[in-house]
Amino acid sequence: MGAFAIDVRGLTKRFGHKLAVNAADIAVPEGEVWGFLGPNGSGKTTTIRMLCGLLHADAGEGTCLGYDFRTQPEQIKREVGYMTQRFSFWEDLSIRENLEFVARVYELPDARGAVTAMIERLGLTTRQHQLAGDLSGGWKQRLALSACMLHSPKLLLLDEPTAGVDPKARRDFWDEIHRLSGDGITVLVSTHYMDEAERCDRVVFINLGKIVARGTVGEVIARSGLFTFIVEGDGARALAVKLRGEPGVEFAAFFGAALHASGRDRAALERALAPFRGAPGLTFHEAAPSLEDVFIQLQEQGNGDQP
Amino acid sequence: MNRRFSAARIAAILAKELVQMRRDRLTFAMIVGIPILQLLLFGFAINNDPKHLPAAVAISDPGVFSDSIVAALANSGYYEIKLATNSPAAARRMLAEGQVSFVIDIPANFSRDIVRGAQPSLLIEADATDPASASNAVGAIGRIAADALRDDLKGPLARRIQTAPPFLTIVHPLYNPEGLTQFNIVPGLLGVILTMTMVLMTSMALTRERERGTYENLLAMPTHPAEIMIGKISPNILVGMLQSVLVLLAARLIFGVPMIGSLSLLGGVLVVFIAANLAVGYTFSTIAQSQLQAMQMMVFFLLPSILLSGFAFPFRGMPVWAQWIGEALPVTHFLRVVRGILLKGNGPAEIWPDVWPLILFLFAAMAIALLRFRRTLD
Repeated sequence: MGAFAIDVRGLTKRFGHKLAVNAADIAVPEGEVWGFLGPNGSGKTTTIRMLCGLLHADAGEGTCLGYDFRTQPEQIKREVGYMTQRFSFWEDLSIRENLEFVARVYELPDARGAVTAMIERLGLTTRQHQLAGDLSGGWKQRLALSACMLHSPKLLLLDEPTAGVDPKARRDFWDEIHRLSGDGITVLVSTHYMDEAERCDRVVFINLGKIVARGTVGEVIARSGLFTFIVEGDGARALAVKLRGEPGVEFAAFFGAALHASGRDRAALERALAPFRGAPGLTFHEAAPSLEDVFIQLQEQGNGDQP
Repeated sequence: MNRRFSAARIAAILAKELVQMRRDRLTFAMIVGIPILQLLLFGFAINNDPKHLPAAVAISDPGVFSDSIVAALANSGYYEIKLATNSPAAARRMLAEGQVSFVIDIPANFSRDIVRGAQPSLLIEADATDPASASNAVGAIGRIAADALRDDLKGPLARRIQTAPPFLTIVHPLYNPEGLTQFNIVPGLLGVILTMTMVLMTSMALTRERERGTYENLLAMPTHPAEIMIGKISPNILVGMLQSVLVLLAARLIFGVPMIGSLSLLGGVLVVFIAANLAVGYTFSTIAQSQLQAMQMMVFFLLPSILLSGFAFPFRGMPVWAQWIGEALPVTHFLRVVRGILLKGNGPAEIWPDVWPLILFLFAAMAIALLRFRRTLD
């Protein structure tokens, strides 16, 4: 026991009549990197905010780093690094001033020294006096990550940290996450990028406030029971329109130029595709569904359940 | 179709603005509600011809004449006799503390001198720190007192009225003998300027963090609400003290305002007063959703601070309910303190009745701010 950095059950949050998070159970073992997936407005940010004491949970129990998340938010805040979705450092302070402020709020014994070391590690020594507001998106993100790492937290809660960041910066960011994880830090990171999700030890998929899938990427794909056919060729665009709404086709979506037609009933899916097989310029082949296929299917399924 | 100036586009922008205005309910309520509220409030409260001014009568010659004069002053409506005493010192202390605006001194042998036709003097000491408010009442006093004696001076004494006034009225405008309005207004301005700038400074304190998105970060860190409040209020105390020094220098060098009392005592009260206003502004920022709303609250607080505090209009001219509102504003008490120290030379004992309300106000505002402070984003 004690091996879980996050261990909460029945986490629930209402905003008025809307159920933002509905009885979510999350147990993240120490040292793992978990991806938190779900469409916009599905409850990812709300869940993360409840975990670090920024929102009151309407129901639920459990611990975060061994502290009761409902009654000990102050202790949790000391040991958690939380990176907000929107850049939330002071744009009218310089990089160094921002970091020094954070270091002093956490009462680090040698705030200046810790900040100097962090700035050197980031390679920001020459730009340390630049105002945070003047930084590009990628640098803002690096500043935010290093600021929430300053107090050596045991758990990182990262809310869409790579939104709006270029591919190179995203890769660097994830290399850093894995390095931190290697040091024993637990990470819960929400994202919309499937390639990022695939770099996580486990993913949790939340839709409309409910956790609808969890496990390793392989497990989530396998459990989805989804079959996918890939259609390529010049007529694929026109075909997508025709296939949508056909029995057996749960969704038809483009990945690049290729059309993915997916459904859980393999026979029905084949029946729907049959009339188009052999059409000139179209090639059909079956493939393992990708995580994104599963993502879309889970989302569509959830929306279908809605009254 | 692609005209450079299009009525349809103006209509589109206009419609968008109207919708946005309607969505911001609190702002809309303030735009509609505040003018009506303030019109009623100030319309009824402000009166340039104050009546029922508190006065003390020091009677060194008790008798029929004194009784008649005291009764007539009370009946005139201009005066409310708070104290009728045989001790001139007690009456003068009330004047220094600001509990009364006038002391009417009926000298020893007043009755005997009237009967003898020796024209004794009725001495009126007026608190001239606010020259405008006292002038009507002072003007009326000689006539009121003379009329009062008409009934008493009968038979052989009737002569005393017919030939010449039975006594002389001597008015001593204390604390501001020349009745210079600046001596009243300039120290008052110190209070009003500080109220305006200090409340403005902190009313943005949290709304700015909220609008820029940094509030979430501040809350995610292990910060206590009291730490945030004290950290945000304290630096502005220095700003307020700097402003005070500038205003007081100008008061002395440009307007020649006398500074009789202790400046370090005034400095101590200034710290409390500045902190109280900063706490009010900070409380606003815990309530307002945006910087605009905080600004509106600031204006809502500022107007009564100018109009009901005794700065712009005589405090004692206002109806009692308006005086109660005035008593609830820190600037009202500060005006009495600053005028008392600078013009009257008041010490700690005389100003204390107006200092404790400031301290109470400071702690009340901070308590409300801490209660209102949301530790979560709910």
